[in-house]
Amino acid sequence: MDLTLKIWRQKDSKSKGGFKTYHVKDISPDASFLEMLDILNEELIHKGEMPVNFDNDCREGICGACSLYVNGRPHGPDSAITICQVHMRKFKDGSTVTIEPWRSRAFPVISDLMVDRSAFDRIIQAGGYISVSTGGVPDANEIPINKMKADEAMDAAACIGCGACVATCKNASAMLFVSAKVSQLALLPQGQIEAKRRVQKMVKQMDYEGFGNCTNTGACEAECPKEIKLTNIARMNREFIGAKLGAQKMKL
Amino acid sequence: MSNYTLHYSSITKKIIMSLVGLFLITFLFLHLGINLTLLEKFRPGGSTDTFNIAAHFMGTNIVIKVFEVVLFGGFLIHILFGLILQIQNWMARPARYKIEGWSHTSPFSKFMIHTGALIFIFLVIHLLDFYFKAKVFGDIGSVTIDGKEYHDMGALVLAKFQSIGFVIFYVVLFIFLGFHLHHAFQSAFQTLGLNHSKYTPFIKGLSTIISIILPVGYAIIPLVIYFNS
Amino acid sequence: MIKLDAKIPEGPIAEKWTNYKATQKLVNPANKRKLEIIVVGTGLAGAAAAASFSELGFRVKIFGIHDSPRRAHSIAAQGGINATKNYPNDGDSDYRLFYDTVKGGDYRAREANVYRLAEVSNNIIDQCVAQGVPFAREYSGYLANRSFGGALVSRTFYARGQTGQQLLLGAYGALSKEIHSGKVTMFTREEMLDLVIVDGRARGIITRHLITGEIRRHAAHAVVLATGGYGNVFFLSTNAMNSNGSAVWRAYKRGALFANPCFVQIHPTCIPVHGDYQSKLTLMSESLRNDGRIWVPKKKEDAQKIQRGELKPTEIPEEDRDYYLERRYPAFGNLVPRDVASRAAKERCDAGYGVGNTGLAVYLDFADAIKRLGRDAIEARYGNLFQMYEKIVDDNPYETPMMIYPAIHYTMGGLWVDYELQTNIPGLFAAGEANFSDHGANRLGASALMQGLSDGYFVLPYTIQSYLADQITVPDFKTDLPEFDEAEKRVNDELKKLIGIKGSQTVDHFHKKLGHIMWDHVGMARRKEGLEEAIKMIKELREEFWKDVKIPGDLSGKNTELEKAWRCADFLELGELMARDALMRNESCGGHFREEYQTEEGEALRDDKNFTFVANWEFKGVDKEPELHKEPLKYEFIEVKTRNYKE
Repeated sequence: MDLTLKIWRQKDSKSKGGFKTYHVKDISPDASFLEMLDILNEELIHKGEMPVNFDNDCREGICGACSLYVNGRPHGPDSAITICQVHMRKFKDGSTVTIEPWRSRAFPVISDLMVDRSAFDRIIQAGGYISVSTGGVPDANEIPINKMKADEAMDAAACIGCGACVATCKNASAMLFVSAKVSQLALLPQGQIEAKRRVQKMVKQMDYEGFGNCTNTGACEAECPKEIKLTNIARMNREFIGAKLGAQKMKL
Repeated sequence: MSNYTLHYSSITKKIIMSLVGLFLITFLFLHLGINLTLLEKFRPGGSTDTFNIAAHFMGTNIVIKVFEVVLFGGFLIHILFGLILQIQNWMARPARYKIEGWSHTSPFSKFMIHTGALIFIFLVIHLLDFYFKAKVFGDIGSVTIDGKEYHDMGALVLAKFQSIGFVIFYVVLFIFLGFHLHHAFQSAFQTLGLNHSKYTPFIKGLSTIISIILPVGYAIIPLVIYFNS
Repeated sequence: MIKLDAKIPEGPIAEKWTNYKATQKLVNPANKRKLEIIVVGTGLAGAAAAASFSELGFRVKIFGIHDSPRRAHSIAAQGGINATKNYPNDGDSDYRLFYDTVKGGDYRAREANVYRLAEVSNNIIDQCVAQGVPFAREYSGYLANRSFGGALVSRTFYARGQTGQQLLLGAYGALSKEIHSGKVTMFTREEMLDLVIVDGRARGIITRHLITGEIRRHAAHAVVLATGGYGNVFFLSTNAMNSNGSAVWRAYKRGALFANPCFVQIHPTCIPVHGDYQSKLTLMSESLRNDGRIWVPKKKEDAQKIQRGELKPTEIPEEDRDYYLERRYPAFGNLVPRDVASRAAKERCDAGYGVGNTGLAVYLDFADAIKRLGRDAIEARYGNLFQMYEKIVDDNPYETPMMIYPAIHYTMGGLWVDYELQTNIPGLFAAGEANFSDHGANRLGASALMQGLSDGYFVLPYTIQSYLADQITVPDFKTDLPEFDEAEKRVNDELKKLIGIKGSQTVDHFHKKLGHIMWDHVGMARRKEGLEEAIKMIKELREEFWKDVKIPGDLSGKNTELEKAWRCADFLELGELMARDALMRNESCGGHFREEYQTEEGEALRDDKNFTFVANWEFKGVDKEPELHKEPLKYEFIEVKTRNYKE
């Protein structure tokens, strides 16, 4: 396959970036999208140019590092999959592929297609966990958990923190990411103990980071590589209302 | 600017938006109910009396008067919060994509601020033409029904909708209202956390029905008036 | 002269850990905050250890090469985690897990460490459940278990096919909690390039910030390496692109012993290689072997036709299929341990019965399972794996058998550690896959997650205190000591040398070449001549690398090629050590298979008399032969037998 690539190039966070056009030839349809970029990078190095920087690691769709906005879609043309698992057979021979970094005020571009997603880490640090220390916990089977709830918690916990939800949302909102963690822990009896505090702290941090507001367009759900459901956002809203109305005033 | 304006969190602002929005929808039903009484005029031997009496009731009843303030407040809050949220949303993505977003999701949901702005313009014109004309400027005739004197709102409406341009303007704006409502009603439930595997499909269906019934109901009136005169 | 003392506590095997804990030295709470620990790596072992240290009151600096601790490669583990809960009432116990692990490791693991691992396995499950890890459950609400490669009991806990992810996110949560409390400082996108030793003790590290290119110094009272394995020495492996052996290798070059480097695990169920552009191999969970049947054609003609694309697997009648695992190992069938399954696949492919266009693949067939349980049941169990397979290979595994082939997956070798997980350098600890671990010559399924978390949550927080108790009077270190100057200079010189080569070939060119040498000669089957050849070839390749590698850009800012070159340079040395170790070990055991040492039936032939030891290598210089130090392994509580999965 031969392709024309339009790729966002930006040396570092302070530089002004722009699109550059590249051509790659004889790409196997069985190559993955990132392998196609590897091939391009090898050519660039041989030409003495800097290769295109992009985050990637596991290349099996679970680490959440890869973050390319390809032809108007985060993670490219397929659904329920990260870009590292998209194979070139999904593209038409001779077509033009535009590759951009995630765009969000909360995810500043670091270099080329790499963005800084530490805002997600800070949201988790604000309360996306159960405050249990190592040791001194009961036997695992002392807490029976309704299977449906456990499965639902697992659905939410499958989030890989890639940020595709933010990237695709017209408002660059992080509600799907935050709600996935809030939901996972709110669905489990272990997590309910500090649920009211957790949801308020995480939402506060989310707002502080400068993400946009949710307008329930559902683009995040449609583009999420792990198919995290919009129902999580509703659950977070419910938790939030409950915490604001139902809980005692608390210092966050 | 962090997304913490007005000291409310993003979710609180959205909850206020959704509650006010739902309240405004109930008003739309009430308003439509009263408007439809105008159609009595087009029955053989009908008149605008019922409409005028209803309009009078709406204009004078003390409970309604209180609610009128609430209603105006509601509109203001809905518009103000809508604007704040939208500005924040624009600011959340300072650099835009070369190839803009693509997703299978509802197109109406992406243009709420645009349909909202159109509805706002309509609202201003509508208020100037009817509400302020009657209430503030007193620029309105009167009619006597059962020995009591009323503002002749009916005549005002009938006169306005003689113009084809005005009718088209109204009908087109009602279509945009429909677009707005199509997303708004079910979205409000989602924002309020009311999402349920059994009931949400019903709410979504209801949202579609409302987004058709209300605009169609409203549009019938100018159309009937125009084509019957 | 290095004297190896494994510091194994006295007493019967089941009481050793209890005795150790009862008598070990502890640090009092007021002194804990005076002490600082560096943890390198944010995977299961690193995150769990850092969080636990901080909870105890120590100050912690943790380093990761990714943008977030959650990206560490522990996240990719699919299958599950073992524990001896015996919830299914099928006869499990600490001793049985201990026994299975030592036997699975082909009697090359240290008894006391393995028993401790089995002992704390239950605490891990309790801890993870308390953290909100959504393990699979029964309708009763209690935890579900499944059986996993090589075990006769159902002791594996799992969270769909994403167990590693869920456990890591649990540890990441604990770490995030401690970062929020301010006692842990997280350094993301910062790679350790060297270890700093002051007066014989590990006192700090030199790092490079991967975005700015800045070289930084960090000091602490102790250093914990939890940097994972070195499987990427093969270029193609199931490891992540950034997984590397450099931190461990630098520790080795500063004097830490490298134990059993040749013990590498090959995973039998990976998606076969497609082409030379391939960047990594994708694992299909071992759990697939619970329901899938592995076969190749019985007739060579059929295999050849399949390779040419003239015949479909579904067209081969039942009687012409060779279910070779069921044939060779009737008792365990498709569930034999990983090394056995991998070698059997290689044997069939080498004999010309392989399938796929390369002839390097075997079938994993679900037709019988679908017939027996229905498509829905199979979809419920493996739906996400099947979907992944289809996306990658463009074949529907519900209709046509999957193709699989073994691939490098895990490295049992690593830094030598004693019972306290301390290396021979005082103050330097190694945890998880980075140490030579509890797995002997082969690791059983669902035990890597167990070991990472056991080291991090339940072993290091105790054992590190034994060392730190003597350090309470040592004030915080300054990084302006001459040792730091020297280490930083060494790093800078090497970086400058790399970038100054300005050769003609890319890093990947050399890395791929190294991978081929390793796979061909130090892979699934090794022989003396091949290993000697490999050592020679690696040396030549290394020389070529240092003359001809091309790294664009400069030392400042983001330079991915420079990062890769640094890691590749280390792999070019590590690969040689692996070959040397494999050459020294004149026996076959676990993941190490020497063709000269096999039974008539082609099974591994151990030499317990001469090789029941841990092979520890001491660095003597890049082009000098390393020195071997043996730690003899004593089996007091287990009877050493020949592994037999036939009956």
